[in-house]
Amino acid sequence: MITRVLMTTALALALLAPVAAAEGRASLTEIEKQVMCPVCGTLLQLAESPQAQRERVFIDRLIAAGKSEAEIKDALVAEYGDEVLALPPDSGFSLSAYLVPIIAFLIAAVALAIGVLRWRRAGGKDGPPPQAASPSDEDAERLDADLARYDL
Amino acid sequence: MSFRSVIAVLGVLAVVGLLVFGLASKGASGVEVGDPAPKAPLPRLEGEGTQSLADYRGRWVLVNFWASWCLPCRSEAPDLERFQQEHGGAKFTVVGFDSRDLTEDGRAFVAKYGLSYPQLRDGNGDAAHDFGTTGVPEKYLIDPAGKVRLLVRGPVDEEYLEEQVAPLLPKGKQ
Repeated sequence: MITRVLMTTALALALLAPVAAAEGRASLTEIEKQVMCPVCGTLLQLAESPQAQRERVFIDRLIAAGKSEAEIKDALVAEYGDEVLALPPDSGFSLSAYLVPIIAFLIAAVALAIGVLRWRRAGGKDGPPPQAASPSDEDAERLDADLARYDL
Repeated sequence: MSFRSVIAVLGVLAVVGLLVFGLASKGASGVEVGDPAPKAPLPRLEGEGTQSLADYRGRWVLVNFWASWCLPCRSEAPDLERFQQEHGGAKFTVVGFDSRDLTEDGRAFVAKYGLSYPQLRDGNGDAAHDFGTTGVPEKYLIDPAGKVRLLVRGPVDEEYLEEQVAPLLPKGKQ
């Protein structure tokens, strides 16, 4: 019984190992979506220029050498500079590309909240809208006379 | 001035500053004939260290922007090497700027065409941007004072080099 369980487990591991390895391996298709063709100024996956073809060959060679996605992107940066990355790195000055929109959004949200609070407070102080004043006795008499004249 | 006014002025200044920065960084860059050539140091394509055009002050330099994936660069490479062999020396040299290219590809190109003149690596294209290139190949003839004397967009051949570039250089073997 124990032998059968051990054999089954070993067989399952043997079958799953290539799948796990494939999942961890870098893929050209995935990297192409994350890096630029520096000459074309577009994502590599959209580029067909001779430079883009050489970039793909370079990536393929690193994949074949067993490099990870991060290592391949580092190698591309070493060759072409930070601009080869479709998204700027999240460190140094490039971090501002992520922080500035967040800070701007927070400032706008706070400003909007303060504006709404002030508007609501201003509305509370004024109270309900004023009622129309009642007509004077003289006006009321004239109104009644006019209505009687037109038989309304 | 009230606090609210100060905030408003600061906001407007920030927006204007961003616009000016954007225009300055994207605006007209590059050199024309008569302008001083950019001198930012670049790594050598082969070997260690960096080199700048400032290191060539006092010499005529024909800067050639090229890349291994560029077909016209291949066709003109032998002519540029012949021109270097004919005119290169103490007062003149061709200097290659391998632009937006893979290091190994660039080195293989140099070896294949037997290029003997100095080669610098402009992997991220910063030098190409500073010069204002529109592609590769492009050439800039720089005089001993560091000013651009001739700008050639596109490939050249031996005839062009002898007729247009050689007459600008001091007479005889440099």
